[in-house]
Amino acid sequence: MSASDPEAQKLSFWRRAWSFLVELWGVLISPSSVFGLGVLVLAGFVAGIIFWGGFNAALELTNTEKFCTGCHEMRDNVFAELKSTIHFSNRSGVRATCPDCHVPHNWTDKIARKMQASNEVWGHLFGFIDTREEFLDKRLELAIHEWARFKANDSLECRNCHSADSMDITKQSPRAAVAHQRFLFSGEKTCIDCHKGIAHRLPDMSGVPGWQ
Amino acid sequence: MIRKSAIVLLVAAIAAGTGALAAETLTDNLRGATPLNDEGPAPPMTSMRNTSEREVRNYPEQPPVIPHSIDGYQIDLNSNKCLTCHARARTGESQAPMVSITHFMDRDGQFLASVSPRRFFCTECHVPQNATNPPVSNDFVDIDTMLSRKTPGGPR
Repeated sequence: MSASDPEAQKLSFWRRAWSFLVELWGVLISPSSVFGLGVLVLAGFVAGIIFWGGFNAALELTNTEKFCTGCHEMRDNVFAELKSTIHFSNRSGVRATCPDCHVPHNWTDKIARKMQASNEVWGHLFGFIDTREEFLDKRLELAIHEWARFKANDSLECRNCHSADSMDITKQSPRAAVAHQRFLFSGEKTCIDCHKGIAHRLPDMSGVPGWQ
Repeated sequence: MIRKSAIVLLVAAIAAGTGALAAETLTDNLRGATPLNDEGPAPPMTSMRNTSEREVRNYPEQPPVIPHSIDGYQIDLNSNKCLTCHARARTGESQAPMVSITHFMDRDGQFLASVSPRRFFCTECHVPQNATNPPVSNDFVDIDTMLSRKTPGGPR
């Protein structure tokens, strides 16, 4: 008897859950007898603004350099290295922040990247990278992820600012002009193929194509 | 008594001497008028020569100078940005001059398959050029001038 008790309880739980769902469905599809249609529409509208606005606000909040550098992994490693590069400090004062390069600007791609990044939150909570040494050990793997992403989307995040159409190669050094004409304008290569390691230090590059 | 007055005289002479020295502003071609115990204003940085055109060497063994900007180029244990163009296998794509064959030699004169570790750090010998007015003149004579003299090692 005692052995069959949990079984009966389990059955009754599922039964109760099912009947609750049926009842809920009944409530949801039947017209309201208490609230006016206007109230319902307005409440739905306001709730929509609050939820959607809140979602986007949270999305934007997590898309700032302040948020990115809020954890020690980013602040002490990659952000510290960015500071000496031309993407942080330069003659015109225009600069790139973390999400400019590392989060796609297109909405669906952005959400996909944000979902991937939840793994990084997990890594932070469980201390995958607690020391500089741990960061250096993982650096090649992390870099390969980013190179693959840039390669797959044809360096989209670079091109959000650096458009090939607006690039005046007569203003570039002869070396850059020749290389861009030969490889960029022809579509043979994309930005990241040549411009690795421009915003952060490079990992051990032995084995990476094109490097020694 | 005589000794005492001599000491007083000596002190007075030293005080007068140092006073005169301190009052005088020292002007030097390199330092300008900045006092010796102060750090003067840094001269503005000049731009790098970035023509990408090879420059003639002053003598055969001279490490060729770098005719382009190398700002931000990483050369360390992890990577060597220069070799992404100047390595043997990369020159086809980059059309850059290949690293000299001497760089493949180890210290016993044996040729290795790739750049020898002792020749890995390019900027130890090769440097970019800045257009600047040297504050100190240089009487270096290149090998062509030397060879064109009537007598070897003749007068300048």
